[in-house]
Amino acid sequence: MHADQKAAGEAGALTPRKAAALKAFEGLPHEPGVPKPDPILVVDKVIRRFGGLTAVNVDHLEIQRGSITALIGPNGAGKTTFFNQLTGFDTADSGTWTFNGKRMDGLPAHRVARAGMVRTFQLTKALSKLTVIENMRLGAQGQRGERFFQSLIPALWRRQEEEITRRAEALLERFKLAAKRDDFAGSLSGGQRKLLEMARALMVEPEMIMLDEPMAGVNPALTQSLLGHVKDLREQGMTVLFVEHDMDMVRDISDWVVVMAQGSVIAEGPPETIMSDERVIDAYLGAHHDAPLSVEEEEEQLHEAEAELEAEAGIAPEDGSAAGSDRVEENVKERAE
Amino acid sequence: MDWNTILVTTVEAAVGWETVVYALAAIGINIQFGYAGLLNFGQAAFLGVAAYGMAVTVATFHLPFWLGIVIGLVGTVLLALLLGIPTLRLRADYLAIATIAAAEIIRLIFRSVTFADVFGGSDGRQGFAGEFFAMNPYPRGEYGIGPFGFNERVMWVLTVGWILVGLALVLVYMLMKSPWGRVLKAIREDEDAVRSLGKNVFAYKMQALVLGGLIGCLGGFIFALSQASVQPDLFGTELTFYAYTIVILGGAARVFSPLVGAMIFWVLLVFVGNTLSEMVGAGLIPFMDANQVGPVRFMLVGLGLMLLLIFRPQGIFGDKREIALDAR
Repeated sequence: MHADQKAAGEAGALTPRKAAALKAFEGLPHEPGVPKPDPILVVDKVIRRFGGLTAVNVDHLEIQRGSITALIGPNGAGKTTFFNQLTGFDTADSGTWTFNGKRMDGLPAHRVARAGMVRTFQLTKALSKLTVIENMRLGAQGQRGERFFQSLIPALWRRQEEEITRRAEALLERFKLAAKRDDFAGSLSGGQRKLLEMARALMVEPEMIMLDEPMAGVNPALTQSLLGHVKDLREQGMTVLFVEHDMDMVRDISDWVVVMAQGSVIAEGPPETIMSDERVIDAYLGAHHDAPLSVEEEEEQLHEAEAELEAEAGIAPEDGSAAGSDRVEENVKERAE
Repeated sequence: MDWNTILVTTVEAAVGWETVVYALAAIGINIQFGYAGLLNFGQAAFLGVAAYGMAVTVATFHLPFWLGIVIGLVGTVLLALLLGIPTLRLRADYLAIATIAAAEIIRLIFRSVTFADVFGGSDGRQGFAGEFFAMNPYPRGEYGIGPFGFNERVMWVLTVGWILVGLALVLVYMLMKSPWGRVLKAIREDEDAVRSLGKNVFAYKMQALVLGGLIGCLGGFIFALSQASVQPDLFGTELTFYAYTIVILGGAARVFSPLVGAMIFWVLLVFVGNTLSEMVGAGLIPFMDANQVGPVRFMLVGLGLMLLLIFRPQGIFGDKREIALDAR
């Protein structure tokens, strides 16, 4: 546990990768679909309808390579459906998306995974009747022993299997599951299953990993360790896109936040300021939160407005992007401390 | 009461042609249902297509026996593809519905009047096994130990049958300890997880369906050859469900469970049936007549299987821990 905290603490510090990711986002306008300097995933006009309901309608979205991007939004915003479209688990009605410049729309899920875009699931899918190590081995790609006729001749795949096992054991060690190596995955706790699922996804050696609510149902004691592991993914050069409801976690680990509501991307921005964005507040609380006010509330709002006016008067001479970079620098400092 | 007859028939049932046929059918089901989680409720059709493929080739078209075997095998693969292509991308239940319907359709085609000149209607086809028995290395006579024994024809069928059972078991053993088997077991648990790890789930399910059908179809050949005749009603749905019973009795997803399950199933059936008819014959059960023995033995065996499932749900070879995992 102590080691966990230490690892998490280190990952929270400003590492070169984190700095690089933050630099890439520096000065970007906080508009939906804003172009990124080096996008790994570019999404255009993805629409998914269920009967009369438009679950996903994303006009344009780019995910920066080597960053941790959070996808947030109120319940029913279409985050998981959007995930399913991107990873081939559901068929979009229209739209295109490219991963590393390669068209991904219309590809079945296993081809998407082979291309290097691997996902995990909101409800953990540890294969409970397989042992932990077998779960891990399953993730490895290009296994000769997985072909029907070659599987009948162990000499053809034994060496590769040993190498896969070594890689799996190293990952289990890193994710603190080594002691569970030969247990059925079904005997693990919820948090351990999340860890196993993440470790198994890493066996695929993906370039981009998409986590659907990695913290849902995880015992708080494990949360820190899990957060550390997510940060670690970026340190190893992977791109992370994750769906999450827990704003503390989003603030803690993400470099950039994309907000969805009613199927569309409504805002993007750095985690520190995104929750104060007018569009985001509207999405979470409803646009009609200007119902009749009490006297106290009216006074409070008046004070706020006055304060805002004063603040704006002070910032006015600078242009918007400079203000943005100031903010990022501030945060960087904060984090460095 | 003739205990000697009961003993002899029971022991012979343990190694007899029924055990061989049902073991092969069940080994196929074990691959499909036990390892891959595919609900193939049409295994009888796979046996039927193979048996009829061979019988019709030889008896109707007067072509060589080996060509008949090849046609039976090709027919089985085609049936698997035909059933698998539209259903394997869907949820598991669709395969179950499609296979059970297809099996009945195939049986009804075999017994239809329209095709009677090809398939022989409800009488089926005879006179195709000559070439097979011409290859019989056993000279005429009785073979056996003590009171147990078979004539040379049965010996030949059983020799070929048990070699096929042995080969099928070795094949399953080799496959299931390989990474191929691992993917199959993973698919049984959660297809989406396997897809997310870059495996072509559809291709694996299709391979399992074809392989299970092919092993089952060997049972169809043995069935036809042991009787030297094929009839459509031998390939009814109850054959499929006995095979399922056998797999569950032995314990799903265990290499030897179909074999041991088939032995126990037939030993029980023959033992209960013969004991009952001996007892009825000796007047020990006054409220039953000889015609009621057949149905009652199925009731008793069914009761026994229910008790087994209640007290040992994992089957004979199963692992209780695995069943417990499902409850979580």
